[in-house]
Amino acid sequence: MDHAAPRSAGFAAPLHGILLAFPVALYASALAADIAYLNTAEIQWTNFAQWLIAGAALFAGLVFAWALIGFFFGRHRRSRGGGLIYLLVVAAMLVLGIVNSFQHARDGWHSVGTLGVALSVVCTLLAFVAAYFAYGRSKLENAR
Amino acid sequence: MTRLPPLALATVAALSLSACQRSSDPAIEQTGARPELPTQSDALVPAMTIPTPEGWGGELPTVPAGYTVTPIAKDLKIPRQTLVLPNGDILVAEGSGGHAPALRPKDLIAGFIKKQGKSSVEGGDRITLLRDSDGDGQTDLQTTFIDGLDAPYGLAFVDNTLYVANQGSLVSFPYTPGATSLPGPGTEVTKLPSKINHHWTKALTASADGSRLYVGIGSNSNVGERGLDAEENRAVIWEIDRATGASRIYASGLRNPTALAINPQTNQLWSVVNERDELGPQLVPDYLTSVREGGFYGWPYSYYGDTVDPRVRPQRPDLVRRALAPDYALGSHVAALGVDFATGGGLGGPYSEGAFVGQHGSWNRNDPSGYKVVFVPFRNGRPSGDPIDLVTGFLKDGNARGRPVGVTYDAPRGALLVADDVSNTVWRIAPANARRTAARPAARTPTGGVAR
Repeated sequence: MDHAAPRSAGFAAPLHGILLAFPVALYASALAADIAYLNTAEIQWTNFAQWLIAGAALFAGLVFAWALIGFFFGRHRRSRGGGLIYLLVVAAMLVLGIVNSFQHARDGWHSVGTLGVALSVVCTLLAFVAAYFAYGRSKLENAR
Repeated sequence: MTRLPPLALATVAALSLSACQRSSDPAIEQTGARPELPTQSDALVPAMTIPTPEGWGGELPTVPAGYTVTPIAKDLKIPRQTLVLPNGDILVAEGSGGHAPALRPKDLIAGFIKKQGKSSVEGGDRITLLRDSDGDGQTDLQTTFIDGLDAPYGLAFVDNTLYVANQGSLVSFPYTPGATSLPGPGTEVTKLPSKINHHWTKALTASADGSRLYVGIGSNSNVGERGLDAEENRAVIWEIDRATGASRIYASGLRNPTALAINPQTNQLWSVVNERDELGPQLVPDYLTSVREGGFYGWPYSYYGDTVDPRVRPQRPDLVRRALAPDYALGSHVAALGVDFATGGGLGGPYSEGAFVGQHGSWNRNDPSGYKVVFVPFRNGRPSGDPIDLVTGFLKDGNARGRPVGVTYDAPRGALLVADDVSNTVWRIAPANARRTAARPAARTPTGGVAR
């Protein structure tokens, strides 16, 4: 296996990318579901949002664990100041996602409300920022 | 971007402060005709305090001086409601229903937590008969009376016919005096609403003249969060023509009418009702009320008349305007699951005229409420004072040794029967020097506290 070295470097990044894809897609979908609920009061939309946020927060937790390991043990840990910012963005996305899960666990109309939709917006933005860092970086690494 | 994390942390800190559910204020009066209703606070993390089950260890519930308490049946399979037959035999409905699927992540978590406060025994889906042959207050025969039922709860006896409210149907059994078993599963009088069955218990009582049966049907959600389509024919009391099985809605907007009884003074239907959760430790008080024909009692749009619940959309100001306030608040989250009226002098002393109420106990507040049997004194057919504790001691050191469910006044013997679905016991409470001993009671009419 003479190309084992590039493979091992290339294994971590795609898995990280796959994990990160979930919060990106799920938080954004939850935001859409929240908006649909606020417009229709149709209970199914808040049910959707609740599962989407729960799934997003779960994967945000996995991404956070991955990012934490990468920050302390990764090969490029000192090469970029972005590492800490990325870690904090992922942490915020995780914590606010959990808070949003509790918010959405309220009953009926109170499951979304101003706080719920605001948290969904912030979580979606944080997921996009995290993706911008992560996917931007892996592109750079690949280009080398 | 670098400012965002501190901002996020500050938000989290602020949220976690607001998340803790406020503690209850003992100065707020929550029983009687006009309970104080504090402002709503649906905390981010609702209080979930479940006293875990623990054995009695040979101890007994606490009753006032001059009264005795004895277990008359043990090792039951989730006893809920009881009924005294004309010959003095006692029937106990045992079971555990509800198959509401988890619709949200919360349902999975809340289901797991609430389970911690329940008995690990599987519901019996049966009715057990208890016979005291020699009138000494002890059970001489404990046997399965009817088997193969589906979460039986409400019981009524009219005209030599036993009616059993399963979680999805009302069934009848012809009764032969002295029988110790009847073949199941009975004749279906009518189906009962059972889709989802979030609140599955079907309370049952017969009208004073025996021609009608009343069935309490709980809501399919806390406050409409399964969608209002799921609430058709829910949170209502049905009136059923005993002869034909035809049903109609007798009263509505009663979130979970868990026990019904006929007031012997007025012959009017009364119910205990469990109100909504997650608005704070002191909202919304459960209540005892006379049930007005055609009355709407607010759920889900409002409570105690016109106090609007903002969690329900679309709102219905038209319905809120005509919502009735219940007669008598029992306290928030006490979970009243049993009611029966005293007749013929009741248990004597302060327990002569009024209603016994079994309170299963709370989960949605940090300081437990309920977990006892109280007596609501009545005068001239109306509540006339504060509730008086009758049976207590179910909680000890934060553990639940028992949780009262159905209460039945055993009129011929002047005793109170209390089903306890954690220790799987039926308790009998009687004056220490029993006024009436023993005599095998004669057949009675279906009215009053016995034939519920």
